[in-house]
Amino acid sequence: MQEISSRRYVVQRIGFGVLVLAALLVVLPILLVVGAIILKGIGAINWEFLTTMPRDGMKAGGIFPAIVGTLLLTLGAALAAIPFGVGGAIYLSEYARDTWLTRAIRLAIVNLAGIPSVVYGLFGLGLFVLFLRFGTSILAGSLTLAIMTLPIIISTSEEALRAVPMEFRTVSASLGGTRWQGIRNIVLPQALPGIITGVILGLLRAGGETAPILFTVAAFFLPRLPQSPFDQTMALPYHLYVISTQVPGMPLQVQYGTALALLALVLSLNVVATVIRSYFRRRRQW
Amino acid sequence: MLTEIANPKIRIEHVSYAYDGEEVLRDVTLDVPANAVTAFFGPAGGGKTTLLRLINRLNDLVEGTHLTGQILLDGQDVYATGTNIARLRRRVGMVFALPLPLPGTVRENVLYGPRLAGERDRSRQEEIVVRSLRQAALWDEVKDRLDGPASALSGGQQQRLCIARSLALEPEVLLLDEPTSGLDPISTAKVEESLLELKQHYTIIIVPHSVQQAARVADHAAFFLMGALIEYQPGKRIFTTPHDKRTEDYVTGRFG
Repeated sequence: MQEISSRRYVVQRIGFGVLVLAALLVVLPILLVVGAIILKGIGAINWEFLTTMPRDGMKAGGIFPAIVGTLLLTLGAALAAIPFGVGGAIYLSEYARDTWLTRAIRLAIVNLAGIPSVVYGLFGLGLFVLFLRFGTSILAGSLTLAIMTLPIIISTSEEALRAVPMEFRTVSASLGGTRWQGIRNIVLPQALPGIITGVILGLLRAGGETAPILFTVAAFFLPRLPQSPFDQTMALPYHLYVISTQVPGMPLQVQYGTALALLALVLSLNVVATVIRSYFRRRRQW
Repeated sequence: MLTEIANPKIRIEHVSYAYDGEEVLRDVTLDVPANAVTAFFGPAGGGKTTLLRLINRLNDLVEGTHLTGQILLDGQDVYATGTNIARLRRRVGMVFALPLPLPGTVRENVLYGPRLAGERDRSRQEEIVVRSLRQAALWDEVKDRLDGPASALSGGQQQRLCIARSLALEPEVLLLDEPTSGLDPISTAKVEESLLELKQHYTIIIVPHSVQQAARVADHAAFFLMGALIEYQPGKRIFTTPHDKRTEDYVTGRFG
């Protein structure tokens, strides 16, 4: 008896050990990637690098237009994707009945999420740049990124809305509220943390993408800030691709510096999202 | 068996109701008098709650249902086309088995309905808060924490808040679906006491959580069994001299 239980104890210890190892293996790559980029790139980061135009065929100067471009593209994608994404999620969660149409919509969403990003790029080129004559522009690039973000925003928002107990809707209705008043006053505020999470996750992905902006907006070298939504712009991910593969004799430190700037931008957006989310979550009460 | 009275507040006529093809209510006919407490009692699954939710059309939210018959409120069919459902629900308030405060403060909970109904005036709102909480016998306990979170109240207080929330709309009818099922005896007594006050002004239908509660609070009581109205008698006679064998068995505790 004693022996069996001590053997079980050992087996359990080994089991736990394996699980801990598995968890550590997830942490390891991110530490290595982030660590390597910081080590090799931090030397390039200074005020001038972050706030001036590139010079000497991008080998010197800064990455300011690429930073601004990425922020503008992400903002543009947010403006386009949030109303449609959240609206679609509200429809699917609150109004849609289970019909062939809603099943088709759900199928489309799942499939949209699985489409490779370069295909979105080509789609954006065809629809926005050529057919709608937006040209290679921030508008075309933002909309392309927005479409790519939609499935993430819709599915996470829908999940967040469904997590709000049905009874809240019933209570609101019993007090003379219309369906929309219940959604607007009770359900949406309760689902907000989840929706924000989905939006940020989607936008983070969009902000770091290269392929969708490749044909729709990104400029190889454009050392000035965009003046209108119909301008091209540089963007961090594409800039990183360019200086890593297209410019001979590029100082390695500049490449890593650019990678670090992109990473910092994305991660800081992530932190902002987490703060917003926890603020709203503290106000939630069920 | 009494099913028709003069000038009923609510007249339920040959109501049958099916959900996904399964019959939940079978040809129910009864009149509910004004300014009294009417209890719908009987074992679980008898269709009492469903009938309540048909009166204020809350079951409209459910899909796959089939209703025949009529429910008249002051002689008007509540299922008539063109009925303003929001207004109907303001006239027929409802309190649920589980108290569910809405997110927000005590005050916000009470004012949720009136605000949706367009009440913007601050002093009127204040009056509504005081009157509703008084009527629900909650005022003394929460008057100093009106702007505190409603979720911080005790279960019994939350249920009385839910009653106050319904009363804020000055409904004509109050539907109570096992309002004390989750409450301790003291809170239950408080809720029952407030019902005695409320019936002066409101028509109350309660699905009690026990026969004892039905006997305590009801002016009239209807016994439901498996979707059918078995017996309906004015006053408390149904508890002492039931006509139907099944009612007698249930009231005396032989099944239930």
